[in-house]
Amino acid sequence: MQDEPTPIELTKAVADFLRNDITPLISGHQAFKLRVAINILDLVTRQLTQEAGSEAREVERLRGLLGIDGSVTELNRALAERIAKGELDLATPGLAEHLWATTMDKLAVDQPNYASYRRELGRNP
Amino acid sequence: MIEAALSRSVRRWCEGATGATSAAKLSGGASQETWRFDITHPDGVIGAILRRSPKGYGAAPTRAAGLAAEAQLMQLAYEAGVPSPRVLHVLVPEDDLGTGFIMQRIEGETIARKILRDEEYAAARPILARQIGGILAGLHRLPQDKLPALRSRGATQEIAEFERDYRSLNWPKPVFELALRWLRDHDPGPAAETTLVHGDFRNGNLIIGADGVRAVLDWELAHLGDPMEDLGWVCVNSWRFGEIDKPVGGFGTREELFAGYEAAGRKVDPERVKFWEVMGTLRWGIMCGGMMQRFREGPDHSMERAMIGRRASETEIDLLRLLAPRGS
Repeated sequence: MQDEPTPIELTKAVADFLRNDITPLISGHQAFKLRVAINILDLVTRQLTQEAGSEAREVERLRGLLGIDGSVTELNRALAERIAKGELDLATPGLAEHLWATTMDKLAVDQPNYASYRRELGRNP
Repeated sequence: MIEAALSRSVRRWCEGATGATSAAKLSGGASQETWRFDITHPDGVIGAILRRSPKGYGAAPTRAAGLAAEAQLMQLAYEAGVPSPRVLHVLVPEDDLGTGFIMQRIEGETIARKILRDEEYAAARPILARQIGGILAGLHRLPQDKLPALRSRGATQEIAEFERDYRSLNWPKPVFELALRWLRDHDPGPAAETTLVHGDFRNGNLIIGADGVRAVLDWELAHLGDPMEDLGWVCVNSWRFGEIDKPVGGFGTREELFAGYEAAGRKVDPERVKFWEVMGTLRWGIMCGGMMQRFREGPDHSMERAMIGRRASETEIDLLRLLAPRGS
């Protein structure tokens, strides 16, 4: 076990420093690049916070859909292949729900302000 | 440095011009650059834009039509009354500026979010969806015997091409697989009529003023194909910039777009438009993957490139909203 602070706490500290202390000092194209950098650190923080839970749920669903075991990468590759072959499609019970749940978990990390995501978040699945 | 070459160039072909000033690079990759500059003239300054490939970068990427074709298309569009900058000069070797062309500069806004939010465009916004329909109808009617040599692409070839691009990324995405299946199952086949297709007609590639669309830009993906492709692409959610209930670039409805197109005397096939919207959504998703790959493999190791890889999931949710919508 590694020591603390945790990676989440460390990236968050860097992001806050850049946001609060450096942003006011920078202008023009470098200010744009700085915003991108802060967005990246915020994304990493969200992923570190949420990934373990969402990935465990994703693996659980994938095992149910595919009837096999494996890493999240292996299971996604298997699902992609079966959809490509036409063995699974939207008529397969649970597939649409799985893809929705997985995609919503991705957006929560990647782009939580994306309008389509906000809309779907407000909907009862 | 570029001003000296521009000055020598404009004096040759622009009668009365005394030189070129205020040159500034607007955008530029390794192979293509856009510059703005002013032509000084006793009757007043002429605003101009240079699009060029610097010397040594003559070859166009496979999907691009090339700058010479772009210049020819813009000039044809201008002559046919499609809002477009007038092409002032096609570069020749004596210009010593590489290959490309110089066009009239049109004032207005191209940044989508400003067009969708700023007060200045409030009066234009409600008319844009219909106006875009009319412009696309005019564009699809450009005389084919005058077009430059362009690649020809129908739905079936495009599906195969995007599938190949996607597979080359080795980036298994179940939602993209689902979209590819849907596209193959709904392939509308050859279009009833093949026309010029702009290929990247969307909010962000239009110069807009308080009075509406002033110019259509970025013709580099022009090709021959199904005219409904342009109507589908302009509706892709990624180009609505948050205004998700206004499919046409965040401006208005499909009905307005279709009405504008049909009022100009051309027929809409809504099923084909939907097909191309799904295709366009997937296309942008795969392009995000391509940018991630370029970031990883080195040529452009910028943070912006890296972050675009993380925008593929936006197209996944949009594909699900199109193909597997959830009840309200």
